[in-house]
Amino acid sequence: MEKLSLEEERALVARAKEGDKLALARLVEAYQEPIYHTALKMTKNREDAEDVLQETFVTMVEKLHQFRGDARLYTWLYRIAVNNVYRRTRSIQKHEAMDINDPDVQQIHGGQLSEWPETANLLGEREWIREVLAIALDELPPKYRTIFILRDIQGLSIKETQEILGLSESNVKVRLMRARNYLRDKLSTSLEEGVHYDEGA
Amino acid sequence: MTKALSHKKTFQKLCDDLSTDIHAELCDEVKEHLKDCPDCRVYVDTLRQTVYLYRGEYHEEQKEGIPEEVSDRLFKVLKLDDIRSRLQEEAERE
Repeated sequence: MEKLSLEEERALVARAKEGDKLALARLVEAYQEPIYHTALKMTKNREDAEDVLQETFVTMVEKLHQFRGDARLYTWLYRIAVNNVYRRTRSIQKHEAMDINDPDVQQIHGGQLSEWPETANLLGEREWIREVLAIALDELPPKYRTIFILRDIQGLSIKETQEILGLSESNVKVRLMRARNYLRDKLSTSLEEGVHYDEGA
Repeated sequence: MTKALSHKKTFQKLCDDLSTDIHAELCDEVKEHLKDCPDCRVYVDTLRQTVYLYRGEYHEEQKEGIPEEVSDRLFKVLKLDDIRSRLQEEAERE
């Protein structure tokens, strides 16, 4: 995400608070895309993603006067967006009960670990890997998926992710590691099945 | 210390290093372990590849940007559609 610099953002926020609509429009334009893509990844649905996008920026416009500027505006926007998604996901209570375990040392060393083909080959040559990626992410429980999306896909820092989700640093790190490991295992299984499929073709 | 314990201790350090940043420089102790442990090496590599794959996929999606009609509706809801036209004109002039 190409963010506004801190100075640019502060200047625009200050002007927007004074009623400058051009500054407000610039802020919306700067952050509409990452918020939309995050909402899309989380809701997996274009209509819901658009609703979340609109709700988020409506809140921004209505409550900008309350924004103190302690954190970056985009972390505030992400927090609003994530909360908006959670409100929509009525089954969140059920999902929150699901947990995934820490990576298991015994599992790593007890089983057989296969190397994967080069990443460039995976992305460029096999259309099905895209579907595999999407399915694996969908299957990840929401609390882990959110962290993975914010941290590894959107590229936010641990600190920013903490601020958005209101979690401790250790909590973010643990969930992130579990999310990565879960996805790694899912992809590993799919890749092995994919190799077998090719060999049989 | 048995090999299993050594794996576990290294694993915990590995998890901590990589949970901070997938590109993170691994500590010397972990690097030392990886030299002699092909399974842990594969684990680290495949973990990194997992993140790279998702980032690569996201960059592809980013190229498409936000659908024009979605952005149009957003600015309309925010009553900023006329201002947006000015922004677009400015962008075209640049």
